[in-house]
Amino acid sequence: MCTGIVESAKVSGSGKGPRGWFKLDEVNVSFDHPFDASVEHSLNIDFVNHAEGPSLRIAVELTPESARKLVEAILTSLTRGEVQIGKDVTLTSQQLT
Amino acid sequence: MHQYRTDMYEGMLAETVMMEGHRGDAINAYFARPLGPGPFPAVLLIHHMPGWDEWYREITRKFAHHGYLATSPNIYYRFGHGSPDDVAAKVRGSGGVPDDSVVGDVEGAVGLLRSLPYSNGKVGVFGTCSGGRHAFLAACRLKGLDAAVDCWGGNVVVPKEKLTPSQPVPPIEYTRDLSCPLLGLFGDEDQNPTLQQVAVLEQELKKHGKAHEFHTYPKAGHGFFYYHSPSYRQEQAVDGWKKLFAFFNKYLSS
Repeated sequence: MCTGIVESAKVSGSGKGPRGWFKLDEVNVSFDHPFDASVEHSLNIDFVNHAEGPSLRIAVELTPESARKLVEAILTSLTRGEVQIGKDVTLTSQQLT
Repeated sequence: MHQYRTDMYEGMLAETVMMEGHRGDAINAYFARPLGPGPFPAVLLIHHMPGWDEWYREITRKFAHHGYLATSPNIYYRFGHGSPDDVAAKVRGSGGVPDDSVVGDVEGAVGLLRSLPYSNGKVGVFGTCSGGRHAFLAACRLKGLDAAVDCWGGNVVVPKEKLTPSQPVPPIEYTRDLSCPLLGLFGDEDQNPTLQQVAVLEQELKKHGKAHEFHTYPKAGHGFFYYHSPSYRQEQAVDGWKKLFAFFNKYLSS
């Protein structure tokens, strides 16, 4: 099925694609058909830079279970960073923008 | 299905061409045709959400192999160029291709196909997945198509809360304007369209007296023609192709 489910967010940071590192400005998170993963539906994450065109994309297609593990890993890592570094995490985020 | 003999000549031309699409925009299209003077019927293929990809090129040639002028316009042309999946991801992230743009591109492609000196003047439209939805939409909003095939098109019957700026009207609301016979192929395990949604669409077709032929296959979900994916169902796909060619042969022959 084509769910059409997509959530987008503006982000700051860098990603590494086939042509090396590039600046990211948006992430699109969808739950829909994968292009490659061998499941009918997957959690798809596309990190992009609009100015660079469709080809500059960091893409992953995860099973729902894997996507939840990723969310947990990200939140755990962020929490540990905040505990260890404190407000510096916020400062680092601001410096990236 | 086309009947071949081992001593017959067969030739085909397949290439990328430019055509006039929505609002006169130049877009590219994949075009395949049998060699010979014709006249040949034509089929217009509207690609699915995964993009203007290899599978759509293959089946464009498949239609030519069966004696049709076949063209698949790149309805994602305006989103830029790259690998089909990269472009499709951009479209996905942008909220999808606008319905008006697709209908305009289909109208342009119909004009192109009818203008060819080897056309018999008949044009059918075919699509799978989001392309199935677009095939139904185009057959309702455009006049003059001769047959339409909707393969598991989702979001034809869609609640208001799922409408978007790009897809602002539930296609089922256009049913009264359907201008040609419709073939629908569906899987009973599909979640979009569900069996209930297919039944709602069929009821609407009956209400407006529209010629249609629906087949729902057991043990098949969404995309059961896609041999390159886990959704492939061999037996159902083979029968679906037979029904599809019989339908086009019935309505597009000279």
